[in-house]
Amino acid sequence: MTSLSFDIAHLLAGGLVLVSFMMLYQDRLSALINVYALHALVLTLSVAWQAQVQHAPHLYVTAAIALGFKAVVIPLVLHRIVRRLGIHRDIETVVGIGPTMLAGMGLVALSMVVILRITPEADPLAREDLSFALSVLLLGLLVMVTRRNAVSQVIGFMSLENGLILAATGARGMPLVVEISVAFSIVIAFIVIGIFLFRIRERFDTVDVGALDSFRGERR
Amino acid sequence: MIAIPFQPEIAVLVIPVVAAAVLAALPGYRIAARLNVLASLLTLLAALSLFVTKRPETGTYLFVDDLNIVFIVLNTFVGFTASLFSASYIAHELETGRLTPANLRFYHAMYQIMMFGMNLAFVANNIGLMWVAVELATLTTVMMVGIYRTHEALEAAWKYFLLGSVGIAFALFGTILVYLAARPHIGEGDDAMIWTLLVEHAAVFDPALLNLAFIFLMLGYGTKVGLAPLHAWLPDAHAEGPTPISAVLSGLLLNVALYAVLRFKILLAANPDAIGPGPLMMTLGLLSLIFAAFMLYRRRDIKRLFAYSSIEHMGIIVFAFGLGGPLANFAGLLHMVMHSLTKSAIFYAVGHVAQVKGTQRISELRGLTESHPALGWGLLVGVVAIAGLPPMGIFMSEFLIVSSTFAVQPLLAIPLVFGLLVAFGALLLRVTGIAFGEPTGSTAPAQASYVPLFAHLALVLAAGLYLPSALVGWFQHIAGILG
Repeated sequence: MTSLSFDIAHLLAGGLVLVSFMMLYQDRLSALINVYALHALVLTLSVAWQAQVQHAPHLYVTAAIALGFKAVVIPLVLHRIVRRLGIHRDIETVVGIGPTMLAGMGLVALSMVVILRITPEADPLAREDLSFALSVLLLGLLVMVTRRNAVSQVIGFMSLENGLILAATGARGMPLVVEISVAFSIVIAFIVIGIFLFRIRERFDTVDVGALDSFRGERR
Repeated sequence: MIAIPFQPEIAVLVIPVVAAAVLAALPGYRIAARLNVLASLLTLLAALSLFVTKRPETGTYLFVDDLNIVFIVLNTFVGFTASLFSASYIAHELETGRLTPANLRFYHAMYQIMMFGMNLAFVANNIGLMWVAVELATLTTVMMVGIYRTHEALEAAWKYFLLGSVGIAFALFGTILVYLAARPHIGEGDDAMIWTLLVEHAAVFDPALLNLAFIFLMLGYGTKVGLAPLHAWLPDAHAEGPTPISAVLSGLLLNVALYAVLRFKILLAANPDAIGPGPLMMTLGLLSLIFAAFMLYRRRDIKRLFAYSSIEHMGIIVFAFGLGGPLANFAGLLHMVMHSLTKSAIFYAVGHVAQVKGTQRISELRGLTESHPALGWGLLVGVVAIAGLPPMGIFMSEFLIVSSTFAVQPLLAIPLVFGLLVAFGALLLRVTGIAFGEPTGSTAPAQASYVPLFAHLALVLAAGLYLPSALVGWFQHIAGILG
């Protein structure tokens, strides 16, 4: 592999981590959705580049799914939901932005240390991709735990899935079965979520999960 | 006409899918419930025929070996009895208006898709396919937990969905790591995800990668097993969904995730340089056991009580498999089967009790043996069994686990026995209040089907009294595979 193609792969995977960081400090829902679209776009570029350098044409399919479905359709639908529910107001974050960013940096450092130590013999592209992928995964998790709004939790979950796709494409020759299934699972997940949002709306007139928390635990 | 050879491992997948398609289109709920039972029965028969037909050749995607036969047969059996229970349960839900006919159509179709997902997870020979199947089974149960659309049901389903997705994401990451470990030795593509090939070559894999993979897999699938501290979804999902689903969750879905953990444990054991999976499993198992045992004391909701009891028992089972060795594995396997049968029987009883009394609150359930003798005594016997009293089967498996712990790691037997005793006390304390005393609430006769309840309890009792030597030999053989 030439050093240029390696550098570009590195750049794109690193870009995905950066966009994950951007998600952490978005305090408006519509901005968060836009950042998610950007996230999916960077993922598309990264996957397409992997398809190019690995000579693996089937990865273009994954890239196309990422572009069409995740970068375009889902953000549009989410914007629609948000508008319809009239929740353009600020997102309430459970923890402040400062501590969240610090926690995010800690998580990235953690995943670098873990993966780079463990895989000295693996091929360099795979191991760097893997460490970036784990970072994206953990940052997605962080988005999920620091938000109280159902829509932003879903976005956190979808960015986490993007990290998984990055890992799967970084693993050279990983069977297509898995990529399709990942894309498929996102579709299913989205349907589930759609139904849930619909139902939550139907019952509570809010998608703030905090409103559900009052029913936590034992019935008294 | 060409005769298509009967392949049971295909049949256990095709029957549920066809049934789901038909059920989704069928408007009448009576006929749908019957068809659900029929489809589950056919699946069970197909699973049983695995014993007599020739073992199919190991394929790229599907395979059958001694380990997964146990799981498939148990799964389809409890799936069948749960469908019987469900038929009598949902009729009542429809009368009280908690569910609409449209809900029921959805419910029955989902039930069969869930059975398909679980069976697929068992017969999958490809670790990617297994992951997809576990995820499918999870998503269908999420939908069913939320089916009542109450505040509590929605919150339970949402929590289950979020925690389950995080778990499943970790499991996929672990699966990718296993592929990366296998690729240099098996080659690129499908082959490096085939479980049977992985085990053959596991000895030369990079141990560090395997270790990391197992930690992710253990956390991911462990969330599904309901191990503390990743159990938060489990009590809510059990308490707020329809009771047939609580029975299936406890009796079957937890086993599916456990099966995935066991598969990867075997993989790790085949590599001499990788960490032993035992200590991690034993720690999580003991933690779950003791945590859940104490949580049992403060439950007010009867379904939550038994949900925590499921966490406790999954802890015991994971501990036993973590301990390893022929005896502990044998005991773990036996305990898993006994727990599935007993716990689903308890939920069958609890479901009818909650319907008759119109409440799940323990404080409002009194004197059941007087007002509803069959249900009351059935529940009492079930709880006596789950608490681990002789002569029921769980006593035997717990006894074997404790004695094998004494043989291998005597010190670990102390927290184990402590946890068992604490849980025992809590369960008996609660059940005496529910079963005896002055009856409260409605005394109207229950429209219940007692067959599934007592069939399970009879099996558990029979296993406690006498285990056929063929069964013992078979389980010992599997315990040997598990290492």
